[in-house]
Amino acid sequence: MKVLVAVKRVVDYNVKVRVKADNSGVDLANVKMSMNPFCEIAVEEAVRLKEKGVATEVVVVSIGPTTAQEQLRTALALGADRAILVESAEDLTSLAVAKLLKAVVDKEQPQLVILGKQAIDSDNNQTGQMLAALTGYGQGTFASKVEVSGDKVAVTREIDGGAQTVSLSLPAIVTTDLRLNEPRYASLPNIMKAKKKPLEVLTPDALGVSTASTNKTVKVEAPAARSAGIKVKSVAELVEKLKNEAKVI
Amino acid sequence: MTILVIAEHDGKVLAPATLNTVAAAAKIGGDINVLVAGQSIGAVAEAAAKIAGVAKVLVADNAAYAHQLPENVAPLVAALGQDYSHILAAATSNGKNILPRVAAQLDVDQISEIISVVSAATFTRPIYAGNAIATVQSTAPVKVITVRATGFDPVAAEGGSAAVEAVAAVHDAGTSSFVGEELAKSDRPELTAAKVVVSGGRGMQNGDNFKHLYALADKLGAAVGASRAAVDAGFVPNDMQVGQTGKIVAPQLYIAVGISGAIQHLAGMKDSKVIVAINKDEEAPIFQVADYGLVADLFEAVPELEKLV
Repeated sequence: MKVLVAVKRVVDYNVKVRVKADNSGVDLANVKMSMNPFCEIAVEEAVRLKEKGVATEVVVVSIGPTTAQEQLRTALALGADRAILVESAEDLTSLAVAKLLKAVVDKEQPQLVILGKQAIDSDNNQTGQMLAALTGYGQGTFASKVEVSGDKVAVTREIDGGAQTVSLSLPAIVTTDLRLNEPRYASLPNIMKAKKKPLEVLTPDALGVSTASTNKTVKVEAPAARSAGIKVKSVAELVEKLKNEAKVI
Repeated sequence: MTILVIAEHDGKVLAPATLNTVAAAAKIGGDINVLVAGQSIGAVAEAAAKIAGVAKVLVADNAAYAHQLPENVAPLVAALGQDYSHILAAATSNGKNILPRVAAQLDVDQISEIISVVSAATFTRPIYAGNAIATVQSTAPVKVITVRATGFDPVAAEGGSAAVEAVAAVHDAGTSSFVGEELAKSDRPELTAAKVVVSGGRGMQNGDNFKHLYALADKLGAAVGASRAAVDAGFVPNDMQVGQTGKIVAPQLYIAVGISGAIQHLAGMKDSKVIVAINKDEEAPIFQVADYGLVADLFEAVPELEKLV
């Protein structure tokens, strides 16, 4: 079966972002960009399905600027077979991304679509669910285990009180949680080989999708800073402060 | 304006996060209706009808909605929700699972995890692991929103007397089925609702050492949390994880023990009223957000703290 994986180019998770002085957004100039950590897990899961003989082809897709080709090449170096970039310079909402992915799903007809549960920039946690709604497929969100058997996939999901397992008919949508797997590193020979793998570039217009949005970001501000705390010398002093100064115990 | 709030429940008990979500709805203003979807949910519907400020409770009691599978519940919410100005749900694993599916069916963008209401169409929400706060305006005819519980003080669970109305519509997509679940058992307060939270990180060294934190927590009536490092190392189950991708807490007192304070962890707890850090590395970033920092070996400090409180 064919597996489609969606990846996003985001600010590297170790970068402490700064809000722009004019409150129009966060400053992304000269900041290290990487593949969203949850997307790495999604790529790894697809590659493992291929290694197990469950998947025959892994197609990786990204929606974003020309530079997102770097993240697609990374996914190819990790074991994906070919890549699709839907080029868009704008910052798209999750719904617009889900509509573009729906168009790619219609074109590619994968049996399984794997996405990360959320992107660490917008922290939306929407795209996978929205794609599932648009395609009408079942959804296995926050997956910590994925098992394909026949025309079904059993997904163990991380929920607030513990874990839940659901069975979905294929085709289906899965979004990854942190504990699904440990992503591998790309080896140098594979990085070289990935440069020769096919990468197709499309546009929203070519896919016939409107990316108009009902949401508008008015401003972006830095969160209120916490006032500096103090260091106490002993546990006794700590307890005294908590009782008498902060009055929390 | 009429607002539809999706009740958060496990089939038997109405979850406290519902009260915070109703509080957010009250800030928007307008009639508040609550939808309870599930199977054999009489007790939950009764509890929902008692919430202060709720005008009407809609009850969709059907086998198709058992375990609230999003494939079946989302079409129900989307069909009912067309007549409302806002659809709200708590940003729990359930709310996050269902609501984006509803938004896409209504062809509108969703606003995730709002922490405040500026006006009926404008909301604020944290982005980049809480390192920036975005103000977002929606022009959607139906505004679909998940609510971060820690951003809103809960409304009273008692005092209301809403009319209860059954919803007959049944949506069964037939694309998914529930297989089973494994819930972690705990006698301590729920992490997201606790007044005091004691969390351990990699510094705990192993799962057995968490007993020191449990002893302290029991004395304080606290819930016990963990950093991702402690969860990934297998010390504790992952539903204890506090952070950007785990639970978001904002207790009166948060005690971070053996936690370095990576931005992903801070995203889940930095709105706590008082933060205490116990760490032997005085350069640890956790000390930059801690109100009270103690540089000490946790294996000496925690038992001593337990004795003194």
